[in-house]
Amino acid sequence: MDIIDRRPNPHGKNLENRQRVLARARAALKQAARAAIDKGTLREVGHDQAVVIPADSLHEPSFHKVFTSGKREFVLSGNREFSVGDKIPRPPGGKAGGGDGSGAGQDGGEGEDAFRFVLTRDEFLDLFFEDLELPDLTKNQILATETVVPVRTGISADGAPSQIDMARTMRLSMARRIGLRRPKSAEVLALEAEITALEESGDQPERLAELRAELALIQRRLARVPWIDPVDLRYRRYAASPKPSARAAVFCLMDVSGSMSEHMKDLAKRFFLLLHVFLERRYKRVELVFIRHTETAEEVDEQTFFTDPRTGGTVVSTALAELVRIQRERYPQDSWNIYAAQASDGDNYSTDTQHAVSILEKDILPVVQHFAYIEVAASGAVIHGETDLWRGYKLLSERAPRLAMRRVADRRDIFPVFRDLFGRKMAAG
Amino acid sequence: MQSSLLYSGTNWDFSILRRSYDAIERIALDELELEVYPNRIEIITSEQMLDVYTAHGMPLTYRHWSYGKRFLQHEASYRQGFSSLAYEVVINSNPCISYLMEENTATMQALVIAHAAFGHNHFFRNNHLFRQWTDASAVLDYLEFARSYIAACEDRHGTSAVERVLDAAHALSSSGVHRHDGARPLNLKADQKRERERREHDERMFNDLWRTVPGTRPSLDTDHIGERRRLLGLPEENLLYFIEKASPRLQPWEREVIRIVRLISQYFYPQPQVKLMNEGCATWVHQRIMTRLHETGQIDDAAFLEVLHATTNVITQPGFDHPAGSGGFNPYALGYAMMSDIERVCVNPTEEDRNWFPDIAGNGDPTGTLRHAWANFRDESFVLQYLSPAVMRRFRMFRLLDDTTAPTLLVDAIHDDAGYREIRRSLSRAYDPAESDPDIQVVDVDLAGDRRLMLQHRTRLGRLLAERDAQATLAHAAALWGYEVKLEEIDSATEVVLATHTARAPAHR
Repeated sequence: MDIIDRRPNPHGKNLENRQRVLARARAALKQAARAAIDKGTLREVGHDQAVVIPADSLHEPSFHKVFTSGKREFVLSGNREFSVGDKIPRPPGGKAGGGDGSGAGQDGGEGEDAFRFVLTRDEFLDLFFEDLELPDLTKNQILATETVVPVRTGISADGAPSQIDMARTMRLSMARRIGLRRPKSAEVLALEAEITALEESGDQPERLAELRAELALIQRRLARVPWIDPVDLRYRRYAASPKPSARAAVFCLMDVSGSMSEHMKDLAKRFFLLLHVFLERRYKRVELVFIRHTETAEEVDEQTFFTDPRTGGTVVSTALAELVRIQRERYPQDSWNIYAAQASDGDNYSTDTQHAVSILEKDILPVVQHFAYIEVAASGAVIHGETDLWRGYKLLSERAPRLAMRRVADRRDIFPVFRDLFGRKMAAG
Repeated sequence: MQSSLLYSGTNWDFSILRRSYDAIERIALDELELEVYPNRIEIITSEQMLDVYTAHGMPLTYRHWSYGKRFLQHEASYRQGFSSLAYEVVINSNPCISYLMEENTATMQALVIAHAAFGHNHFFRNNHLFRQWTDASAVLDYLEFARSYIAACEDRHGTSAVERVLDAAHALSSSGVHRHDGARPLNLKADQKRERERREHDERMFNDLWRTVPGTRPSLDTDHIGERRRLLGLPEENLLYFIEKASPRLQPWEREVIRIVRLISQYFYPQPQVKLMNEGCATWVHQRIMTRLHETGQIDDAAFLEVLHATTNVITQPGFDHPAGSGGFNPYALGYAMMSDIERVCVNPTEEDRNWFPDIAGNGDPTGTLRHAWANFRDESFVLQYLSPAVMRRFRMFRLLDDTTAPTLLVDAIHDDAGYREIRRSLSRAYDPAESDPDIQVVDVDLAGDRRLMLQHRTRLGRLLAERDAQATLAHAAALWGYEVKLEEIDSATEVVLATHTARAPAHR
């Protein structure tokens, strides 16, 4: 009997099979992933969330009989009150399970109608953001040099024992042993065996003496020429090399004036979250800056940004000016990829719109990778006429490709709009 | 007699495992006279247990999405606490591999060793079905071969091409076993070589046959059809075998892949037929061994209570109307009850037992009688032979007649003198694979015409194939055959065609 401890064996034996299932059910899973988003917030959804897809896409068919008419009989256990001749009403939905007894391996074939998956966050987001690309990747080359990684830089004669290059060391050792004619252990054994044989038989004494002298010589040589000498040792050499890592700053601008309802803020929030998660997958480091504005603008933390109610009028240019200030102060254009998204209901003091558009054009668009403007409307609102801000931006967007603008009225529009903004065609264009 | 405790408390280590194993082995071999393959015990984690589940308890398999699907299903239900994992999985191989979960307590490890490494192991080694159909010493090698062969095919022909063949072969795998050819033990290793030679020969023969088709036909005599069917070895119930040998369109590697699926399916063929006996045997053996360990003072009372608790859980039989019950019989419960009952009949029979089992009642050799039963029966015949009135009463069995023309179900037998034999016969029938497996055969190939493959399902009205699945499976068959496949469902009594399905081969393969 052997006892083998398999626990240290490599894990994830089924990883490959798992990926194949995902590939096979990709279309259905994509649907499910997007439906899941509608229910929860993106951050929560990403974490080991189960998605449910119709079992059809993974069905494994086989020939099996079904009972539809005629007679059949089956034996059950647990009789309490029945005697022969009793009639029992049929249980609703057929006699589940009891049909063919327990002897046959029953095929659940058509019984299952849904299939639950638990996806990892990465798998989930992969499905979710499939086909999406970052617009204007030109500036991706602008990188911050902050991480240092060890890089192989050849071989050296000294180093830490953990870095010994075994193959090379042994090669040198062997070359040296051959060069210095170190006797092989087989030779020594053969010699010793021969000596023992001669000792036992007792003949050829002169040959015996000769052999003994030879053995002594060999052993001396063996002691002088070591198996591995310090001169053989070779180590892998590493040098610290700075590794550029891309990073991005995302400015989220939101109008929190009285005209923005909770529903509108919710729409805006979803859009910002999508943007954040999306960028997080492309950049090592993503920094978020939340700027809210009424007739004045201020930078706030995430919590306040989404939850703290404010009232007041609306002056959009203040937020844009704040963006410019923060960007110049903390996120120099040459070392950050800058994205900005603005959500608003389109209201603005009419005198301010011109000012806002000019800040956007002169100070913001030249430094950002992409500026998305989302105009949110009350739920179910019929598309009203163009707002003041929309008209102003519209003119600008015709000459500035980095400015994208869309309208969103309902939660389910968020994702299509997002796809629309970041679909692959944008990257190509 | 050893009297010191093997262990105390719940923690185990490898020396405890070894001591427990040795003590269990002494009882199993000396007292119960079990005959087992050499054992190999492997300790695994819960994730690894999920892996083993996924592959139907095979230690290794080729890659296919369906295993991933199974893994995800088990994982989801395990994570959510819907189901707990088995304490062990045992492989019918030589050496016999038992997987033990690391989470088990010392007592559970001992119980599981007794259950799997001796109970199941003895059954695998001695039951006639396993002896006829599987070659325990070759299976591990064969699985290894299968995995590397399919991986090589994926490298050469692309994953999707291999997946297409595997999908189709899996769909047909339940019709891919020889059911009546039991005289020949399935020696996978030697088989492999011999079959390959034969296949090459068959392919040559077959090409000749096809080439002669469109030209002038020398003989149009009446025996032509018979001659053709004889040449093709028809009728043939093993669809995969026939397709592998005779499909005109398959590449050699595709035939080999089909063959792998077919042989693995054949390896698993006996398992569902003896599930009741296998589990009953293992449960009876572990209970007996653990009881002996307790009697001889090798485990303490606490450990024995844990054993009783575990066994009781396993052999629960919910009644037909219990929400937890599926309506059928728990193979552990019925199996264990029947084994214990045989023991009782041998040692301490009643008058009734003497009437029902004159040959074994009071023979005083329960272990010998059980060993004989384990070796020579399968579930169907075992129930027919050994299900006693005492067990039927204990399970309070009754029989329902389901006549779809009647508005209600009829209780037509209960556990009384009039009903015992009826119930026993019906329950035995429920364990007969011929009752539930569809009888599908290849009957003809239209060589002269469009090379259509003709299948026949012999059945009776009201027992047709599930329509949607039949169509999907037939499409897989057509993909492998390369031409149209037609399946007729025929009433075996009247030869009336009840239903017809056809599937065309996909235009581009």
